[in-house]
Amino acid sequence: MRSVTIGPFNRVEGDLEVHLDVDDGRVASARVNAPLYRGFEQILAGKSALDALVITPRICGICSVSQSMAAAYALRDAMGLVVPRNGELATNLILANENVADHFTHFYLFFMPDFARATYAERAWHSRIAERFRAISGTATAEIIPARSQFLHLMGTMAGKWPHTLTLQPGGSTRAIDAGERIRLLAVVGQFRRFMEHRLFGDDLERIVGLDSERALDDWRSEADPMSSDFRAFLHVADDLGLSAMGRATDRFMSYGSYPIDGKPTFARGLWDGERRELDPAAITEETSHSWMAGPTTPHSPFDGVTQPDMDRPGAYTWCKSPRVAGQVVEVGALARQVVDGHPLAVDLARRSGGNVRNRVVCRLLEAARVTLAMEEWLKALRAGEPYCSHGGFRGEMRGRGLSESARGSLGHWIDLRDGTIVNYQIVSPTTWNFSPRDAQGVPGALEQALVGLSVPADVEAAVGVQHVVRSFDPCMVCTVH
Amino acid sequence: MGHAGGRETFNVLWLQSAGCGGCTMSLLCAESPSVVAMLEGFGIRILWHPALSEASGSEVLALLDRIAAGEIRLDALCVEGALLRGPNGTGLFHTFGGSGKPMIAWVQSLAARARYTVAIGSCAAFGGIAAAGPNSTEACGLQYEGATRGGLLGRDYRSQIGLPVINVAGCPTHPNWVTETLMSLALGQIGDQDLDALARPRMYADQIVHHGCTRNEYYEFKASAEKLSDIGCMMEHMGCKGTQAHGDCNTRLWNGEGSCTRGGYPCINCTAPSFEEPGHSFALTPKVAGIPIGLPIDMPKAWFVALASLSKAATPQRVKLNAVQDRAVIAPSIRGLEPKS
Repeated sequence: MRSVTIGPFNRVEGDLEVHLDVDDGRVASARVNAPLYRGFEQILAGKSALDALVITPRICGICSVSQSMAAAYALRDAMGLVVPRNGELATNLILANENVADHFTHFYLFFMPDFARATYAERAWHSRIAERFRAISGTATAEIIPARSQFLHLMGTMAGKWPHTLTLQPGGSTRAIDAGERIRLLAVVGQFRRFMEHRLFGDDLERIVGLDSERALDDWRSEADPMSSDFRAFLHVADDLGLSAMGRATDRFMSYGSYPIDGKPTFARGLWDGERRELDPAAITEETSHSWMAGPTTPHSPFDGVTQPDMDRPGAYTWCKSPRVAGQVVEVGALARQVVDGHPLAVDLARRSGGNVRNRVVCRLLEAARVTLAMEEWLKALRAGEPYCSHGGFRGEMRGRGLSESARGSLGHWIDLRDGTIVNYQIVSPTTWNFSPRDAQGVPGALEQALVGLSVPADVEAAVGVQHVVRSFDPCMVCTVH
Repeated sequence: MGHAGGRETFNVLWLQSAGCGGCTMSLLCAESPSVVAMLEGFGIRILWHPALSEASGSEVLALLDRIAAGEIRLDALCVEGALLRGPNGTGLFHTFGGSGKPMIAWVQSLAARARYTVAIGSCAAFGGIAAAGPNSTEACGLQYEGATRGGLLGRDYRSQIGLPVINVAGCPTHPNWVTETLMSLALGQIGDQDLDALARPRMYADQIVHHGCTRNEYYEFKASAEKLSDIGCMMEHMGCKGTQAHGDCNTRLWNGEGSCTRGGYPCINCTAPSFEEPGHSFALTPKVAGIPIGLPIDMPKAWFVALASLSKAATPQRVKLNAVQDRAVIAPSIRGLEPKS
């Protein structure tokens, strides 16, 4: 048995290291450490309620709007505000813009460059993949950075800037969109859609979202040359390297549901463990048995959460807390969202091979296609002359829960207020779920499970498989510990 | 040390300390030039960047050791995020993954080698949001703690070229503040005279956010927004600091055609030290006897009060009514050129 520490991980957001015990060429156990603590929950205590909208997006520059959205939902819940339809549509559009841009950034800048590594020089596809996806100098980078920048023009118009906007409010959006702006935004989304159709998929988005099984995906892939589109190139590499047999975690998925229209989420809320189940938000707990945190080691509602660093805690190995739902580990992210929502391709993939490196990437791109199509509909549905924002106030004791979905999974804010001042603020982020440490029962988190059994070379630090598994979750470490 | 097309490259190392990564995400939005165009056009070589480079794990640690040993020339050390000195001065609230060593120790050893040291964003410059509230992590900037010189590297620190840390402040920074700073550095064209009193590049810091604000007509007549989502001036009630904040946000614009004020919310003066602790709720203007405490920069109080009361009395009905709506409900009249039948 050998123990190895791998880090820093780059092309993930924030700082990460992974400790592996390796036995006979396979990972026997893994422990994940998020080695940065900034203390946002301590910063928030005592601030005015609405200041959460300034502070929480600054937890993370890549999930910035997602943090704003969760804060706005929590404050909305506390105030019992009703949001006008335009406000719902506008905030959905802003959140969607971030989520789709994040999926796109993950695929091109964070995930694919690992296949350009010299490790794969012997594979038949290597030279073409390396030319396209090599970090910084690949042909894809020069194309996708301008495409992404132009897509994010939606943020400039609807949210002032990205990241770190204050447009998203408990009652909707501060920014009404006029007729000329709406047309320009349709053009912005349309231009990005065409980029996806020409370069990412090599096919119409309608065709991609219509794929309804693994078989249909395989047939679609075989229709054209592997290098005819970036998605086909990925599927080809995934097949050659067996990425669908790599990085399986719990196969229990959770989604808070996303993009409400008239209060009903466009992507459903729920759990999935082979069948779709209801999610009871009251069953969500956190504990700190393996975290450098003082406070109760037993599971408790985030409403009762405490954030107090304690580096001397016995058995602790990360700043990250251990969230569980009804005592169980769940995986969150695009795969989870699409499976919980019941998309036939996602469900078929999950039934056949569970959560794994390939399926996570496929579902991320499937979702990018679905959301881009939805954005066009939401823009068309904006009604001229109708309000975008409602307003409310704070009085006495108030409590709110904001459950949102960022690109990388379920994000929740729990807020306790007294006379408009924050008494307690607790945040449970997507990668807190996926990269959770063990709980008091000793059950490892999703990534810790996903790494067990992975085949690694003698030089463990050079194990590119570890890189694929870690990045397949699209981790955001600055959200994980905040 | 490398060469691009026979030229010596300008070697940049980028580290993310205790920040959110948002300045990198913002940088990727750069247009005219894009990040790739900047790198190619100005011979800038990224030795390593946590979001962009291939190298990971022990490859990175070995590279940083070589740079710290002076084996690879470091032209610019860019640091994003605050520097955490806690707990108790150990820096252990942030260890650089895989190294077991505090990030502040890495930054100190690399800053000693850097020809230029650049703080990317208000966290690295002054401490920023990480230093808010009780600041239990002992967060500070590279050479400032709030507006006080010192920070991690100390008030007397100079990079190899003899300059203090260059503070590309902003939360996040505008992408082109970063690209223009790096391009200027690659050409050797930033000296002491190009930095303001807080060591921010004057190319953007010599303007104020008020310049080019689309709410100027409301400002002139003191026709004020009463709630977020109103299109009136946000100075009187909504906490807007655009008349005091340094930055060219409303002339340069963000993500195509945006800015904070154009997005419907107040400027929070994010390029300034200690913006994170304004002493009031961000979107609420503190007042004494009904007069905002924060007056426009360079303006005597008596004149402001006199002008404000005069302009309030002169406010056109159109401006007064539109100011408290989420869009203009009354269009400007057409005068002198009315169609004749």
